[in-house]
This record gives sequence, C-alpha cells and structure tokens, in this order.
Amino acid sequence: MTIGGIALAIGVMSSAIAADPIKVGSVLSVTGPAAFLGDPELKTLQMYVDDLNNQGGLLGRPLQLVHYDDGSDANKANAFAKRLIEDDKVDFIVGGTTTGSTMSMVPLIEKAGVPFMSLAGAVVVVEPVKKWVFKASTTDRIAAERVLTDMKKHGITKIALLSDTAGFGQSGKAQTELVVAKYGITLVANETYGPKDTDASPQLTKIRNTPGVEAIFVFGFGQGPAIVTKNIKQLGITLPVYHAHGVGSEEFIKLAGPAAEGVRALAPALMIADKLPNSDPQKPVVSAYVKAFEGRWKEHVSMFGGQAHDNFFIVVDAVKRAGTVDKEKVRDQIEATKKYIGTGGEVNMTAADHMGLDMWSLRMLEVKNGAWVEAQ
Amino acid sequence: MLAQLLQYLFSGLTIGATYALAALGFTIIYNASGVINFAQGEFIMLGGMLAVYFTDAGLPMAVALPLAVLIPSLAGLLMARLTIEPIKGAETITLIIVTIGVSLVIRGAIQVWLGKGSHGLPAFSGDIPIRILGATLMPQSLWVLGVSALLVLGLWYFFNRTLSGKAMLATSFNRGAAELVGINTGRVLFISFAMSAGIGALGGILVTPITLTSFDAGVMFGLKGFVGAVVGGLGSGLGAVVGGLLVGVIEAFGAGFLSSSYKDAIPFILILFILFFMPRGLFGVKVTDRV
Repeated sequence: MTIGGIALAIGVMSSAIAADPIKVGSVLSVTGPAAFLGDPELKTLQMYVDDLNNQGGLLGRPLQLVHYDDGSDANKANAFAKRLIEDDKVDFIVGGTTTGSTMSMVPLIEKAGVPFMSLAGAVVVVEPVKKWVFKASTTDRIAAERVLTDMKKHGITKIALLSDTAGFGQSGKAQTELVVAKYGITLVANETYGPKDTDASPQLTKIRNTPGVEAIFVFGFGQGPAIVTKNIKQLGITLPVYHAHGVGSEEFIKLAGPAAEGVRALAPALMIADKLPNSDPQKPVVSAYVKAFEGRWKEHVSMFGGQAHDNFFIVVDAVKRAGTVDKEKVRDQIEATKKYIGTGGEVNMTAADHMGLDMWSLRMLEVKNGAWVEAQ
Repeated sequence: MLAQLLQYLFSGLTIGATYALAALGFTIIYNASGVINFAQGEFIMLGGMLAVYFTDAGLPMAVALPLAVLIPSLAGLLMARLTIEPIKGAETITLIIVTIGVSLVIRGAIQVWLGKGSHGLPAFSGDIPIRILGATLMPQSLWVLGVSALLVLGLWYFFNRTLSGKAMLATSFNRGAAELVGINTGRVLFISFAMSAGIGALGGILVTPITLTSFDAGVMFGLKGFVGAVVGGLGSGLGAVVGGLLVGVIEAFGAGFLSSSYKDAIPFILILFILFFMPRGLFGVKVTDRV
C-alpha cells in the first residue's frame, strides 16, 4: 500500500511537471482612459494563448496568462508587477499599456530580472537601454521623423504643430521639437488642444494668421484630430495636413467626413491590410492577424492589438530558440531577434536597440475618395 | 485682425449657445427644486448619442431627432420620480450627490450599450462655410444659434404667459405658498426635470455635427453649463443665457489670444472672479436673509 502510495505520488508529480504551465504575466489598462488601447491588447493575448494551447503549447508545456488590469493607473501597475514577480512567479511579462504604467514597473522588473515586453509608446522606455526591457512597438520619435522626412521631400520648411495636451500629444510635441532642426524645418506656430475639446478653430485661426506656414502637423489620437481636420476645412485652410500614428483608422474618416480628403497620416501596415500588395513582406502576418482577431472578437483590429501580437510572438519565438524559460537565456534570445516580421514592421533588436523598428515601419497613408491608401 | 476677432466670436458663440442651453437646464431645475442637477451634461450627451444611434439604425432624421429628444426627457422624468422625489425632504447637498450618481449611471450605461468610440452626425444643411468679412461661419452654427434663440423665446413665453409656467415660477419663489394656493409642486418637479433634459438633448443633437459626441462628452458640457449658470446668477433665465454665451466667447478668445493650454481653465477662473466680486452672479436676484 505504501509502495502503491509512493507510486501514485510519483505519478501525480510527474504529470504535474509535464503539465506545469509557462506563466505569461501581463498588466494592461483594460479599463479607464487608456481602455481603448488595453482592451484589444488583452483580447489579442487571450486569443493567442488559447491558440498556442490548442496547438500543444510552448516547449510541450501549456501557457497560462496571468493578467491584471491597472485601470490606467500607473501606481496600480507597480503593485501588480510586484505580484506577478513575487507571487505568481511568471516567466515573462507582456504589457504595461501606457508609458506611465510601464515606467512604474521597470525598476521592479530590472531588479528581479524578468524578460519584459512593453506595449507603451514613448521613447523613454527603451532609451537609455535597460537590460530586461524591450518594446517592439512604434515610438513618437519615429513618427515625428517619418512625417518630417516626408515634409522635407515635398520641400516644406515652415510648419505649424498642433498637439493634444494629453501624454501622447505632449510626448510627440517634445520629440518633434527635438528633431525638427535635423530636417531643416522650423516650427513657426506651436499650439495645443485638449483631447476632449470640441472646437479647435481659435488655435487654427491663429495658425492661419501666422505668416509662412506651409503645412500643419497634428499630433494626437481619438476624436481630437477628426475635429481639428473638420475645423481646418471649415476655416478654408488649404495647407497640407499631416497626422501622426494615432488616426489611421476607418473611424477617423467616418468622423471627419469629406474634410478628411487628402489628409496624410502614419499607420502600421495593419491598418491597410486588405490593400497591401501580395508581394508585401508583411501581407501574410497582417492578414492572419486581422482574420483571427475579427473572427474571434467580431470587431475591427487596431494597431494596439497588433503591437500586443508582435511583442507576444517575439518572446514566444525567443523561448522556442532558447529551448527553455530560463530568464537570462530568453532575454538573450529576445535581444538576438532578427528580421521578425510583425504587424508593425520588421524588428531587428541589438544590444543597443531594444525596439528594433526603424521609421520606415510606419507607412505614410493618404485619404483618397474616402479611404486610406498608401501615399506615393 | 477684424477677421480674427470675428472668427473667435463665431466659434465662441456657437459653443456658448450649447453652454447656454445647459445653463438653462440647471436653472429650471434649480428653480423648481433647489437642486443643482449634475446629470444635466449627460442629457446633452444622450441627445447626441441617441440621434446618432437612431440615424445609424436607418430612421429618417424627422423621426430620429424627435425620438432623441423624447427619450432623454423621459429619462429626466424617471430620474425625478425614482431618485429625487423619494428623498424630497433631504438636504440639498444629498440631492446634489444623488444627481452625480445618476450621471455616472447614465454615462456607464451608454458606454456599455453604445461603446467608447466617438460619433458624428451629418450637418443639417451642408458643410459649405459662409464667409463673412474674412471669417467663416458654418451653416450648422446658425442652426445652433437659431434654435437656441427660439427655445429661449419659447421658455420666456412659457414662464410668463402660461398657467403651468407661472405655477413653476411661483414654486421657485415660495414652495409653501405655492402649495397653499393649490399648485401641485410634485408635478412641477417632474416637468422641470423633463424640460431640462429635453432642452439639453436638443442642444446635444444640434452640436453633434460640429463637436462630435461620445459617452463622456457630457462631463465638460455639464461643467461649462454650470459655470454659465453661476456666472449669470443661479436661478435667472436671462442670466443663464448670457452666462453660457459669455463662457463660450471668453473661452474662444482665451484660446486665440492667450494660449490654448489654458482654454479649459479660463471659465473656472472666471467663476472665481464672479463669485468674489458679484456673489449672486451677473443677473442674480438680491435676497436678504433674516436672522
């Protein structure tokens, strides 16, 4: 009986070891002001964790998603990061939806040594380089440089910047101010608007009356840029209008209506998935993601869900290459990521670059006949 | 320079007209019950969101828009019946907190039902701006200003020339005396909530083509409307209209001449100054309290 008991115990233990899941930690802003970012991110992670489990898991072990919602509050993100590391003992972490949440988690993660893929936007996450922190998603600096490159190409040298007063716009504004000179462009007007403002015509009137403005650069996301675009047309301003990477969606065209015609905006290839030529290297990954996400959740994809996809698979690939979830080895493999094609572009990490994307990963789109097309 | 001034003025008057309608909503309910209804902004949002919902559902404008006014009015009525009337004897501050609770419920319900996105309506008579002395004015702004003016006239007529209106005025002056002469003050409460909600909703529908709307659009409209009502003098109809317009215009000029960063702060600084120098607002009635 004793022998039987021991045998049983061993049997239970070994099956427990075989089924011992790989724990994917995640702190996302699924509710609160950043919910429109965190919600598709969580849905994407849930979907692919289920998918991988149906295909036999990772390294023969099932995946378990341990997720906390920080409610768009950076303080909570810090507490949850602690819980993920100390109580849940996760193998790696994907998430930190906002820059605030991410930066509040970074010190704990650096101390504990857990591979961390952030989904946040600002460049401070990966600059200066932190040993355990990676982020394969676009930054505001890349967006600013991409827009300025296009302006330079069109011979534009004097621009007006209109940015929102929330984190996204303010960070974008700071980055734009930092790099304009490099492109021989001067900011002759620099205005802001509140993300919930219902009218930006006073600011635009000011811009209209500023001599020498050759183009308007709008840095914001959500409904603000749509209102700004409408106001621009209403005031009879005919200057070229550029948007950063926060508006490349069907919703923007619907909100701005006919005023959107001719507007330029940045977006990852994901936002023009159905219009990409078959020769495009991103076509397969982008189409597969759109099909999977829209099939499962019955809603449109967003670039934020796409970023969750990319960051998740970069670490999954790293685990596969490492053949273990040993944290140090997984980290080294993430850093060795080369030519990973994701929804947001091609990722090439190095010891000095924990983001791995260049400015060409963002496509310059233009509204033509009421739809986004790639600008020529 | 003139064009610039005119542009700020147009922009300010259009937005100010919605603040004025919100302020009128505050005033009507305040007069009937002494309550400051912080759910007023939500009725503005409800009007816009429902108009979008019904037109997207394929209803013609002529049906969708009246429905989008009617339903918020019913919501206002329900609010008075379910949350304000049962605790009628409670302190004003309690009632005000209840209205904040109601506003959270309405906002949350719409967020769950219609989602977190922003929505717009097509302008009623086209998108071609009218040029006046170098400034541009949208036809939709004329709709907002025109309908608001008609509403104000209608309300003036209602309160000064009809029995129900006079009964409401009487209630606002002295509830006890009004009850003694046979006015049903309970009914006055219901009418005031339904009216305020309807006016707010109408305002919300009119500005949606200009400002877009979303589940949380009511917060700022409510707050600015409240500032308008206080600036004009709580309880004064004329004050509400002037106060609302003033807030809109000052905001637009502030954004144009000072800095757009301070735009939202300007109305709140204004309220501090007004309360400091004219505690009863611009058109507030002088009241002497006996001790």
